[in-house]
Amino acid sequence: MTADIPMTTTTATAQVDKQAAPGKSPGAARGPRRTGRIRRIALPYLLLLPALLLELLVHLVPMAIGILMSFKELTQFFIRDWTTAPWSGFDNYQLSVDFDAPVGEALLHSFLVTCGFTLLSVGLCWLLGTATAIFLQDTFRGRGLLRTLFLVPYALPVYTAVITWAFMFQHDNGLVNHVLHDQLGLTDKPSFWLIGDNSFIALLTVSVWKGWPFAFLIVMAGLQNIPRELYEAAALDGAGMWQQIRHITLPSLRPVNQVLVLVLFLWTFNDFNTPFALFGKAAPEAADLISIHIYQSSFVTWNFGTGSAMSVLLLLFLLVVTGVYLLLTSRRRKTADV
Amino acid sequence: MRSIRAAAIGAVTLSLAIAATACGGGSSTAGNGSNDSPKTLTYWASNQGASINVDKKVLQPELDKFKEQTGITVKLEVVPWSELLNRILTATTSGQGPDVLNIGNTWSASLQASGALLPWDAENFRTIGGKDRFVDSALGSTGAQGKDPAAVPLYSMAYALYYNKKIFADAGIAKPPATWDELVADAKKIKQHGAAALGAEGANLSENIHHAFVFAKQHGADFFTADGKPDFTSDGAVAAIKQYVDLMAKDKAIPPGNAEYAQNQSLSDFAKGKTAMVLWQTASATFKSLGMKDDEWGVAPAPTPSGTPGTGTSVNSMVAGINMAVFKNTDNHDGALKFVKFMTSDAEQKILNTAYGSIPPVKAAQSDPAFNTQATAVLRSTLAKSAEALPQVPQESQFETAVGTAVKELFADAAAGRAVTTESVKARLHKAQQQMPAK
Amino acid sequence: MSSATSKPRSPMAAPRSFLWARRIFLTLLTGFVLVPVYVMISSSLKPLQDVSGTFRWLPSGLTIRPYIDIWSTVPLADYFVNSAIVASAATVCSVVIAVFAAYAVSRYRFRGRRVFTVTVLSTQMLPGILFLLPLFLIYVSIGNTTGIALFGSRGGLILTYLTFSLPFSIWMLIGYFDSVPRDLDEAALVDGCGPIGALLRVVVPAATPGIVAVAVYAFMTAWGEVLFASVMTNDTTRTLAIGLQGYASQNDVYWNQIMAASLVVSVPVVAGFLLLQRYLVAGLTAGAVK
Repeated sequence: MTADIPMTTTTATAQVDKQAAPGKSPGAARGPRRTGRIRRIALPYLLLLPALLLELLVHLVPMAIGILMSFKELTQFFIRDWTTAPWSGFDNYQLSVDFDAPVGEALLHSFLVTCGFTLLSVGLCWLLGTATAIFLQDTFRGRGLLRTLFLVPYALPVYTAVITWAFMFQHDNGLVNHVLHDQLGLTDKPSFWLIGDNSFIALLTVSVWKGWPFAFLIVMAGLQNIPRELYEAAALDGAGMWQQIRHITLPSLRPVNQVLVLVLFLWTFNDFNTPFALFGKAAPEAADLISIHIYQSSFVTWNFGTGSAMSVLLLLFLLVVTGVYLLLTSRRRKTADV
Repeated sequence: MRSIRAAAIGAVTLSLAIAATACGGGSSTAGNGSNDSPKTLTYWASNQGASINVDKKVLQPELDKFKEQTGITVKLEVVPWSELLNRILTATTSGQGPDVLNIGNTWSASLQASGALLPWDAENFRTIGGKDRFVDSALGSTGAQGKDPAAVPLYSMAYALYYNKKIFADAGIAKPPATWDELVADAKKIKQHGAAALGAEGANLSENIHHAFVFAKQHGADFFTADGKPDFTSDGAVAAIKQYVDLMAKDKAIPPGNAEYAQNQSLSDFAKGKTAMVLWQTASATFKSLGMKDDEWGVAPAPTPSGTPGTGTSVNSMVAGINMAVFKNTDNHDGALKFVKFMTSDAEQKILNTAYGSIPPVKAAQSDPAFNTQATAVLRSTLAKSAEALPQVPQESQFETAVGTAVKELFADAAAGRAVTTESVKARLHKAQQQMPAK
Repeated sequence: MSSATSKPRSPMAAPRSFLWARRIFLTLLTGFVLVPVYVMISSSLKPLQDVSGTFRWLPSGLTIRPYIDIWSTVPLADYFVNSAIVASAATVCSVVIAVFAAYAVSRYRFRGRRVFTVTVLSTQMLPGILFLLPLFLIYVSIGNTTGIALFGSRGGLILTYLTFSLPFSIWMLIGYFDSVPRDLDEAALVDGCGPIGALLRVVVPAATPGIVAVAVYAFMTAWGEVLFASVMTNDTTRTLAIGLQGYASQNDVYWNQIMAASLVVSVPVVAGFLLLQRYLVAGLTAGAVK
């Protein structure tokens, strides 16, 4: 479990606001009941206040400071009092996006690695989760046990899961090489999983292992909301099991998938815990995810200005992707509804 | 409506207040030291022993002694290496740190540049007994040249070649190799007898950098120019790193599996008799804790091109060690100096360095017979004759990361059977150099 | 446990191709899921030479030694207590605050409602690394100006983690509260309960699955976080996530102890999670995926 399950916003709020439009102030009484009215209007704000304050304290104000930092030359010479660090305008941004110079090139490489990794990981998680949820929809012996079992990877604290995988991925003494090389003889010599190009596969494996049960959980919940009558009607029409899955189950899951894929995307793209626990502070090039890359750019090389600028770029990218995604999917949903 | 507005104004005010205090955060604590709390000190010790608990057991009795002498209570926290630099960094940014702390001596110049550490000017040195109590080589790794040191040497260490006596005897090797050619030749013999030759930590950035530095010295190269600019791609530096990586890629002395080692697995291999040699700093205490007896291993100076360790291209170790520093904004300035004086006193130096198997950087303490055993004699003479300090430049910590990573990637190439050529080494180093902050 | 989800798709019998596909798929998947779990359990019972040599499926001998040693190699019990306090406190606070906020959004129409939900939820897009250092600076300066020690204390960590889980919790609970019929709380209001009374006596009980799901999520978030814990804790407040690294920083990597400790650390969360999974599915069904 990572710290942030990123969550989409607009789906929830869009729905809510539709209901919100009518009855803004239902039958507001005047005069003697004025204090009661004020109390009633103030109440929602009071209920929101704790959440609001915490969000300000932990998310919003720090974010603002982070953005300020991205315009400063915040190197080791100035970290003692960051406010005195000289303003550097857009220098940090220029450095980050100059893809001909090594810093920008490395960032671009890391960004592309992260995109590839995220696409594969989200795709596989979704596939496994959906397939499993569909296969476990009917009752059969051992179904409850399997479902419990499948949730274990998700319930494990992320570092314990990753440490175990790191143990299995060792070159000399690991299980993976033992099976692939010693027992099955699939490779000429033991492979390296934690360094070099294969590290991408290792990271992907761990990420999918840890992440797919979440997709499973959500899709399983989504399946509960498909009315049984749809299947019965289809069965009457003579549709077989596979056809029912294709024509009823999958289309009905679309709204769920819309949210699920976005959540998995944001979560995977920002994932720090998995690569950090697997590779430490310096990830191999092939698995240099952007979160680790930025961490290294700020904490290991002590250049918080550039690190912040990279984070801001990442944030902008995620905002744009999320916006476009929601726009596209909700439009498709609307046309599908008509 | 009024209450809503009030709530809104309240929230905005609060957030502004938070932001304002955050902005003021650094400056309120960035002032110089005081003596506001003369009875307590916070001390961050680095992890020197086999575990954090071992360190606590070694240090606590000494801290109790200090309390008896001065009445000052020292609150000890042993910080693991994986966290130490980050903790120092955050302490520097926020002013919320310990009074006294241990730092890796190679970080001295980097931390000095942040201005968070108390400079050891002549007067401060006088309070702890004078600069000339310390060995020169150790003082060479306490900060940039021409500036007051940022820290005081506490423990000194040096690299040496540790070898397994039995494997050497089985392979018919009479004496440990003194040159790299001999080492490569011996490696062939050792491998014929089924053991691996040399252990390394290919994915450990600091280990990589230490070896890279020594090899560069032996090729007459430096990673920084005299005026402190990075210069990673000189022919000497490229040849040096290639020679190190070739120990795995070409000479096959280092087994490929070591390319992913980063947690001292090479020491564990050595202790188990899987590898015949390892280049390490002050490893004797570790071997013991891994269950290897003192008479099972021997120690010799690390190889050099000429076979005789010395200065210049015959350097065979970096000056490794731990320095002790005082945070400038300590609220117990005098107590902190007293504590440093106590820890660097002859008596404490003997006790602590014996416990950790390191060499005292204090001249008077070195004469103790405890530092004249087989293990320590080699280290002591290396430190005195053929060790050189890593570059004392502000970008040292970035250099460790950049070049350390380059070597790690090269080892990964070698392990995967990919060719390691002069060009590929140069390309990696070029990239590393470009990642260094522009000065 | 299966009662909540046993809704057969169709009265029709599944064709053979489907049954075979299911059998093969589930077998492979079970293997994939189980192997690391098996490795974790078996390695934790192996003597050190088994785990530091070539991998073997079956231990050469069984020992519970690692389970004894883990407590002395690093102060695991202290870390455990820290994690338990931090995660429980963060969970309780997060749930309470989220219930209030979600109630406001679900039951009231007020200005700024949309802004609030959008803002809170979009914070989940923030890369942690962007606000790690600023947050740390804020905690320190709050400490300097008010004397409330947030940095390095459990309090600071609790505050951080509870906020991490807040957006997702609020969002889930809004969905869940929306599904609780309004007639229920209106009846309570008529009976003379205040709005808070209606929330506590009617809506909260009706939304238990959703609240449990949110609590589980909040707890897991706090139990597993690494990045912020690595900067914001010291040796008295260190949590398990960071403390476990202690086994790897020794001179020898005690894999058997690492696995034993991992298991000990995981058991409470996994057990709690699996016990509550019924609520989780029910909570997600009504809250998140509607």
